[in-house]
Amino acid sequence: MHTEAKWIVPDESDHMVAETARRILTDLADPQTINRAGNGAWKEPLWRALTAAGLPLAWVPAALGGSGADAADGFAIVDVAGRFALPAPLAETLAAGWLLARAGLAAPATPMTLAPTRAHDRIAVGADGRLNGRAQRVPFARDAQHIAVLADGGGQPMIALAARADCRLSEGRNLAGDPADDVAFPAVKPLRIAPAPRDFTQSSLMLLGAAVRSVQIAGALEAILALSVAYANTRVAFERPIGKFQAVQQNLARLAGEVAAALAVAGSAADAIARADAWDDGVFLEAAAAKVRTAEAATEAAAIAHQVFGAIGITREHVLHRFTLRVLSWRDDFGNESYWAAELGRRVAGRGADEFWPLIASR
Amino acid sequence: MTPGLHFDPIRLPPQCDALRAQVRAFLAEEIAAGTFDPHRPGGAELYNRAFSRRVGAKGWIGMTWPKRYGGHERSHLERYVVTEEFRAANAPAHLHFVADRQSGPILLKYAAEHVKKDILPRICRGELCFCIGMSEPGSGSDLFAAKTKATKVDGGWRVNGSKVWTTSAHVADYMLALFRTSPRTEDNRRHGLTQFLVDMKTPGVIVNPVYQMSGTRGFNEVVFDDAFVPDDHVLGEIDGAWKQATSELAYERSGPERFLDTFQVLPALIRALGPQPDVRGAEGLGRLVAQLHALRRMSLSVAGMLQAGKEPVVEGSIVKDLGTIWEQKLPARARELAAFLEPEAANRATLDEQLAFATVIAPKLTIQGGTTEILRGIIARGLGLR
Repeated sequence: MHTEAKWIVPDESDHMVAETARRILTDLADPQTINRAGNGAWKEPLWRALTAAGLPLAWVPAALGGSGADAADGFAIVDVAGRFALPAPLAETLAAGWLLARAGLAAPATPMTLAPTRAHDRIAVGADGRLNGRAQRVPFARDAQHIAVLADGGGQPMIALAARADCRLSEGRNLAGDPADDVAFPAVKPLRIAPAPRDFTQSSLMLLGAAVRSVQIAGALEAILALSVAYANTRVAFERPIGKFQAVQQNLARLAGEVAAALAVAGSAADAIARADAWDDGVFLEAAAAKVRTAEAATEAAAIAHQVFGAIGITREHVLHRFTLRVLSWRDDFGNESYWAAELGRRVAGRGADEFWPLIASR
Repeated sequence: MTPGLHFDPIRLPPQCDALRAQVRAFLAEEIAAGTFDPHRPGGAELYNRAFSRRVGAKGWIGMTWPKRYGGHERSHLERYVVTEEFRAANAPAHLHFVADRQSGPILLKYAAEHVKKDILPRICRGELCFCIGMSEPGSGSDLFAAKTKATKVDGGWRVNGSKVWTTSAHVADYMLALFRTSPRTEDNRRHGLTQFLVDMKTPGVIVNPVYQMSGTRGFNEVVFDDAFVPDDHVLGEIDGAWKQATSELAYERSGPERFLDTFQVLPALIRALGPQPDVRGAEGLGRLVAQLHALRRMSLSVAGMLQAGKEPVVEGSIVKDLGTIWEQKLPARARELAAFLEPEAANRATLDEQLAFATVIAPKLTIQGGTTEILRGIIARGLGLR
């Protein structure tokens, strides 16, 4: 019943960083092994290896304590994390380091997460310089030692680093069982704080987060496709592999279409952010559209994959849920598809019909 | 083992910006001169020979072909820009588009040198319209069931039979047709068909109209009654057309025309919703915009891979599958989103007109050029399922 899974980066990947990430995750965070282990013993050696390779702080310049990889390399790591449905805060630490670097703040060499990750949560910096407010369902908050925070300093966005121990956590989990904790900031004194750049707003942070989650979803969806095709080619029913039946083939072709759309739109958003020098309408379209379309793809793809696998796919023992439940959960972080669709729709409507095609064609 | 799907995030090179500006300026002039109306569906004369000649004079037909055949040796990405700007503006490119997209490339590859020298420059000048003679009354998706027969005679072939659903045949100068030259063999049901170039003025080629439910004369039946086709109009290997059919398919399937056929609905919807839509309108519009952006990025990515000499057959088929389903559903989604607008709302009438047109043409979009079912079979093969 255990299929030959290939949740890998394509062989011709020219990202050395991605290759390093893939090797480490293959050795220390294999989804099947984690699924069987059922405990967290794998976490510590994994994090040590990731840190030794400089991956969690890839988006932090060397001067601020990171490894100073370029934006594309960071997204390549995020992609690999998605392909492995990694239940550890690698993408979160990357994004937290990225956020701190916006304000020139040094990043600690610890697992991190960031807040807020929901569009409507607000954290404020009081006159006393302390952080107040609440962020809902912050991924991996309890596993993080530090939280990178974007806060409102009376009209001036501020970026801060807070110790998780100074915050009040109310534990929760996402659909896949990964930590998603509500984090309260009861007059928390930040360890470091500095103003965000001029055009940087909470929307910018949500766009970056949306692009990160989109890339993870796309990576995981490609793994789901590979698992599903491998299963359809081996599982025999009515004396044939089920993949020989046209009804199953048509479903898998639809799945491939959804995966393709997710890969294209997420890859494009990552590329757009990597090249961008401003948070303009073009970047907004790319990142917002990526989150909308990858989330839609996640919904469709998870349903099709489970249909292909039948009963075995919904067991805890089988690895499929590690991917499907994560892509479904990731839809909700940094603005879900309805949120971004409405934001995008408002922006397009505000620009007017004559400015619509030029926006699409500019990407 | 699944081969990875590839959609590299390619960006158009800088020379495309200048080209795009030229195309927009040209189309704006044509609109101002009354050649077509970007907001009126199906209003303009679709087959406009004078317009196609002006497009040819601009160098926008046969853009990627060698200069010695009248082409311009520009990149596929530049051609992409021209194609999408024409589609987005609702410009009437029917006369030259099929020749530009697929007939010309096939001739380039398989036609005799003197035929290429004669015909390709005329295509580039916007003088020739091509139609495609594939489907027959008993053979649609099952291309290799074609029965229309070409019999060898002195100096050429005598053709008897009929093609059907032939778009543009009533105005076309030439057809690229698939005729049966031998029976299929025991072990290869695709054997026995040959590709021909047919001059539509040939005696014995009779074109009868088949009107579509949209009211347009999109279709024709083409009857061959002992029509003579000379030997030098055979394209490629006799009995071996099945080997030739595939390489251009990725271009045919992945271009912007595969998701922009009902595009005009979207700007009309934006006008009808106004600058501050309610949350339902905003969310619905935003989803359509996100989906369109995703399709265009996929399509452009395939164009970039083709330009780089790769053969993204599965990716191209995926673009057509998703693209045609999207453009087919677009009028239905827009109709839902417009449902609660005031009947007298500004721009409502234009939207209704666009919706009526798009709704009626929508069913054909997932049939022409390879049905959804056929495409998904190709994708499944690419995935290693068959």
